[in-house]
Amino acid sequence: MFRIIAAVIGRDLKLAMRRQADIVSALFFFIIVVSLFPLGIGPEPELLRKLAPGVLWVAALLATMLSLPRMFADDHRDGTLEQLALAPHPLGLVVTGKVIAHWLVSGLPLALIAPVLGIQFDLSTDALIVLTFAILIGTPALSGIGAIGAALTMGLRGGGVLLSLLVLPLYIPVLIFGAGAVDATVSGLGGEGHLSLLAALTFASLGFAPWASAAALKIALE
Amino acid sequence: MLEADNLECVRGERRLFAGLGFKLEAGELLYLQGKNGSGKTSLLRMLIGLLPPETGEIRWKGESIKSDEFRADLCYLGHLNAIKEELTPLENLLASAHLADEALSEDDALDALEQVGLAGREDLACKYLSQGQKRRVALARLVKEKRPLWILDEPFVALDIAAVDWLAGIISGHLQRGGLAVMTTHQLVDIPAGTVRELRLS
Repeated sequence: MFRIIAAVIGRDLKLAMRRQADIVSALFFFIIVVSLFPLGIGPEPELLRKLAPGVLWVAALLATMLSLPRMFADDHRDGTLEQLALAPHPLGLVVTGKVIAHWLVSGLPLALIAPVLGIQFDLSTDALIVLTFAILIGTPALSGIGAIGAALTMGLRGGGVLLSLLVLPLYIPVLIFGAGAVDATVSGLGGEGHLSLLAALTFASLGFAPWASAAALKIALE
Repeated sequence: MLEADNLECVRGERRLFAGLGFKLEAGELLYLQGKNGSGKTSLLRMLIGLLPPETGEIRWKGESIKSDEFRADLCYLGHLNAIKEELTPLENLLASAHLADEALSEDDALDALEQVGLAGREDLACKYLSQGQKRRVALARLVKEKRPLWILDEPFVALDIAAVDWLAGIISGHLQRGGLAVMTTHQLVDIPAGTVRELRLS
């Protein structure tokens, strides 16, 4: 079971390394969107501190969306998705591997760069740590939920827009608890509760989303 | 070994075929023939389990083909090459064996690539290869393939004459080892094998 997941992750990471432009462009999108806010709002530390969690999380959602349409579309176009569906394993395990690989190249870099961007918003060290941690444990849920949308819209014309409409509403809980964790830390309440709920969302979506995506992919392959 | 019973295929509003059945035993080859749009590829996709038939049933070794065990015995080559442009031929072969849970050593993979005439190109990303060469990378999977049931969709397309003969030899060798093959083709290729069955869709 773990061998097939590891095989899919290995393959997808190798492909991502050969196409680094994709990773870098999503990362730069995140950096630029987040950096535009302090420039537009002006140097008011109080206001920036208040806006920071929401801005960083919304930018993280949008940056994750950028790479979602290609999650299955490339494999579908060249026929490798068929071969994956014919592998002697449940398709859900293959999708689990793809979700983890997607997180490693799209979610993880966001978490690593987030503390640097948070400094622009004058966040305290505690808030920066919670922010990084929240993005780190929240983004796998984004990849998981996104996989359902990517599978449902695979092969559709104009699927990118439809994908955003499908997936962004489902991202709302992650946004609320992710931004809430940082808010709670800034206001001194402590973000543990929010972080636990975020972790719960991630576990639930990693357990459930691959199987829902696999069901959608099977219908699309008929 | 492979049995199909009373299959019916409906695509959109059109019924492509109905009441179709056949039996294929070890060492036998089934040629599917028919005009464009007669449902050859649909039938192949039914046989590999991706397209559920409207009615009827397909059995492999007496069991329904919905199991993981069936897929462990199945090698499918579609009209898409199923190779990744960014990877080299060698990486493609190893990755597809790996994902299908097959043991393929690097030496075996290099040997297979040499047989399909890609010696010296194993470290070049597939996007730099020609159409025919990409097809050869896809076909190289068959060289070391041990799974008993081969389902091939137009395997001879885009191949030159020498390669067609070579592929016919590979399929024939597979049948002699007791394997089964189902294939569609428009060009009739002489495959030296025990039993060749033909099924014409119209």
